Amino acid sequence: MHSYIEQISLRFSLLRQWGCRNSRFLPVIAILLAIIPAISSARSDAQESPYIVTYDHYLEEPGSLEVEYFSNFATQRGGNDFAAYWMEFEYGATAWWTAELYLDGQSTFGDSTIFTGFRVENRFRLLKNEHVINPVLYVEYEQISEADKIMKEIEGHDVEADHAVPNAILRQGHNHELELKLLLSSTHNGWNFALNPLATKPLTGGDPWEFGYAVGVSRPLALKASAQRCSLCRENFVAGVEMYGGLGDRPSFGLHDTSHYLAPVLAWNLPSSWTLRLSPGFGLNDNSHQFLLRWGFSREFSGFGSALTRLFGGGR
Amino acid sequence: MMLSHATKLGMLLCLAVVTIGVVMAQSDGSSRAKFDKSVYGELSKAPAKAASRQNPLESDPEAVAAGAKLFQLHCAECHGATADGGKKGPSLRAEEVQQVTPGTLFWVLTNGVVRKGMPVWSRLPEPQRWQLVSYIKSLSATQKAATAQQ
Repeated sequence: MHSYIEQISLRFSLLRQWGCRNSRFLPVIAILLAIIPAISSARSDAQESPYIVTYDHYLEEPGSLEVEYFSNFATQRGGNDFAAYWMEFEYGATAWWTAELYLDGQSTFGDSTIFTGFRVENRFRLLKNEHVINPVLYVEYEQISEADKIMKEIEGHDVEADHAVPNAILRQGHNHELELKLLLSSTHNGWNFALNPLATKPLTGGDPWEFGYAVGVSRPLALKASAQRCSLCRENFVAGVEMYGGLGDRPSFGLHDTSHYLAPVLAWNLPSSWTLRLSPGFGLNDNSHQFLLRWGFSREFSGFGSALTRLFGGGR
Repeated sequence: MMLSHATKLGMLLCLAVVTIGVVMAQSDGSSRAKFDKSVYGELSKAPAKAASRQNPLESDPEAVAAGAKLFQLHCAECHGATADGGKKGPSLRAEEVQQVTPGTLFWVLTNGVVRKGMPVWSRLPEPQRWQLVSYIKSLSATQKAATAQQ
């Protein structure tokens, strides 16, 4: 009981750091964070990929909920450095469908800390069996302010200067966007190769389609598992590199006025269902932030769907 | 506190997604799978070439122990801690499973049975999938020994 209370207070202190001062979602997040560990006692270890921006074709296991926290620190020329952060609640609805809710926020140093919006994402596996290339359809609705800086995807003519504007001005602009991605991914001899072309359509204002890409390659440090349960075994580490950037918009497709990043990635999958990820990113042209530091941790809760059903009287 | 129309719509959308997802997770690979022999029919779908593959780790003395560890981490949630079957996954000690070739088990692990709730496990490197196959195959020997003791 004592450790459960400690867990809850840790989560609330994280939320305070997150600074959701004006968030109407705060009670919802608090309830979710309190309920999840209480009703999902079962654990699973899911050999998570190390990517932070790129997606491979692997979906969440059915009935499992993965709770993830990520942070994105970026240096800013012509403005203040910032740290943006987001929480993801990723739920495996079926073996071919994963749904996800994102809650975004950011702190700009010397400016303010604000909640910047939410995203709802769905990934659908298109083919029944494994193939050389496995396609997954990604559909996302996002309602975020212009002050959103998590940089989960770089699209259109996104450039560093966009983030130099003070939060008070940025947060006045709102985006309602539909984002489509085709996640193409292949795994051979332990190597995963993933390519995600993306297209975004603002649902208000008549702005044109914007395009972008993310590409990644990764591999576990060891392919065979050791017989003992261990935290520091090489098989628990997955390393790789990802690259992502914008490709302009419909009237001006191409690389001009776009930003691009190259980022080594590392994931450490612990036997206790926790995964830690770290990714320093480097801007590849003058339009890009010079340096990004992304990190995050996640934990998977198996049997969340069944537990929720039981909670509402649907248990058998 | 007034919420904008788009916010209300967004929240409704989230609620709908979570509700549908929970319902689908319950219907997908439900407890019926434990008793329904037809789930084993998926094993017969392995192509002949895949079914004939030999387990390269068959003589590896650590493969069964490593497979047991992997099973507890990745499979026990659905198939039960002792592989006797769980709420979502069928028993792996059943004759239908124990009689098929190692290649068939490897094929099912790699491809999953996506429409019936089993995810693909190609995320695990090939040697780890073969270690899992070694463990699953070892269950019949354990079972025989237990039966003989009784």
